Amino acid sequence: MSETAIKRWNKELTIVGAVILFMLPLLGIPVKTYLTLTIAGLAMGMLLFLIASGVSIIFGLMDVLNFAHGALFAWGAYVGFSVFGRLREWVDAESVLQNFGVFLVAILAAMAAVAVLGIILERVIVRRVYGNHLFQILITFGATIVLVELIRVFWGPNDEVMTVPQTFRGNWDIFDIIIAKYRVICIFIGIAVYTVIQLILKKTKIGTIVRAGVENLEMVQAMGHNIFLLFTGVFAVGAGLAALGGLSMSIFSLQVYPDMGSTYLLFAFIVVIIGGLGSVTGSLVGALIVGLSYNYVAYLVPWAAAGVNIIIMIIILLIRPTGLFAAGK
Amino acid sequence: MAEEPNLNETILKVEDAHTFIGHHHILQGVSFEAKADAVTVLIGRNGAGKSTTLRTVMGLLPASQGKILYNGKEIQHKRPYKIARMGIGFVPEDMGIFANLTVEENMRVAMLVEDEAASQRLARTLEMFKDLKKFWKAQAGILSGGQKQMLAIARAIVNETSLLLIDEPSKGLAPIIVDALIEAINQIKEHSVVVLVEQNFYMASSVGDHYYILDDGRTVHNGKMTDLEDNDELKSRYLGISKVAPNVS
Repeated sequence: MSETAIKRWNKELTIVGAVILFMLPLLGIPVKTYLTLTIAGLAMGMLLFLIASGVSIIFGLMDVLNFAHGALFAWGAYVGFSVFGRLREWVDAESVLQNFGVFLVAILAAMAAVAVLGIILERVIVRRVYGNHLFQILITFGATIVLVELIRVFWGPNDEVMTVPQTFRGNWDIFDIIIAKYRVICIFIGIAVYTVIQLILKKTKIGTIVRAGVENLEMVQAMGHNIFLLFTGVFAVGAGLAALGGLSMSIFSLQVYPDMGSTYLLFAFIVVIIGGLGSVTGSLVGALIVGLSYNYVAYLVPWAAAGVNIIIMIIILLIRPTGLFAAGK
Repeated sequence: MAEEPNLNETILKVEDAHTFIGHHHILQGVSFEAKADAVTVLIGRNGAGKSTTLRTVMGLLPASQGKILYNGKEIQHKRPYKIARMGIGFVPEDMGIFANLTVEENMRVAMLVEDEAASQRLARTLEMFKDLKKFWKAQAGILSGGQKQMLAIARAIVNETSLLLIDEPSKGLAPIIVDALIEAINQIKEHSVVVLVEQNFYMASSVGDHYYILDDGRTVHNGKMTDLEDNDELKSRYLGISKVAPNVS
């Protein structure tokens, strides 16, 4: 059998295996509940993708372990929270246009503010510790403490209830299948972000340079590209994605709190390890695996929900240590 | 921007370069010149410091001591991307191919500008390496060793390159491919000054005009390549090339 045929056979086998695993929970879950849980899992997966893709690209290209990513995620949620507070009338309005308008303003404000924060973080702190993982962990962990404390200074130490634009509230009941409206919006946000990132990476020159940098950064420098400028740009984009994730997740979970980043950062690292460092598609697939399995297991065996993703991660690490879609180095 | 080389002009001058990798003092005084009308070959045994020399010129390793002058300007403290933009192309020993990118994408990353002149250079480069045209949309990772080497050189000359640093292009390649590379380098030297690191003496002597022998991180000998071809004592002492086959009993 030729190598191509074996590869195709492996691919087909993987798809069949994935579909069987995906359908497996149907053995213990009624169909309608299964569909509701699937929508919830996809939505959660898409939100995790938003935070994990930034972690993955930053590590893949820059070889930087950014533990401050969770704090940037929380900052995104709080900036959005402030925008919703300022434009409360738009949030509570019955107009779909105003609801989406305020959501868009909140997204742009959160992404812009946190991207600037990311640029400062990269230029002032991270740049000094390129190539040293231990220092990166320590210094970005320190940055997390500072950023979280700043949230407490600006917004207060208490948990806050996140307001939800009127149109995003409530559920659709389609043939007794309950679908939360905002979860569907989350799925669309995830698809849109994935599509935009893929288009940039595959169709633009800067995206091609980033992909080349993930493979061989030294060669990209030797070809005349200013990698430090590239690093700053990628760090800003990663921070912006974390902000979008934070804002979207806070609407999903209906709350903001200063430490919220650390909870989701753990999920993001699991996603990135499952999907493979440096791969956006890997982050998407990893995030969907984590989101879906979490929701199915939470229904079937509630006490095991938190541990299932760790088990999946361990299994994938044993079978394929570089993750499902690791970018070549 | 790259400048046109003048005949007999020294394009690159390395003076007493010292380089450390970690705590290891690899280059301990390398000096050589590359002139506009010649291919300069750095030769020596494994571990002599040849690749480190090219990486130091390119700014990928910092020179702790000494001077590196390109067209009379000191470049030893410049960053690699600035050195590349001055018109220096680099082909590393491992070729540095982006295996997950297509051949087209590899070339696109290499092209610093995409104007009419760049398009003409690309067309000329593809004319020189016809296989690249054939595999234009294919992933570079599937190319053969020779094709990868051609891609690596094509990327380095697609810009307005006036100095080309090539590190062991013949390594691991079949003799027929080495001959094709010799032909390609002979064409390239009409437009660019070439500094070649090579262990394959056949290739080194086929394209080289001047040689510098490196040993233990130092330049120990230099001269015209035609003289080295006739000097069995030097070849034996520094390159391990012997005319007499060893007795096998």
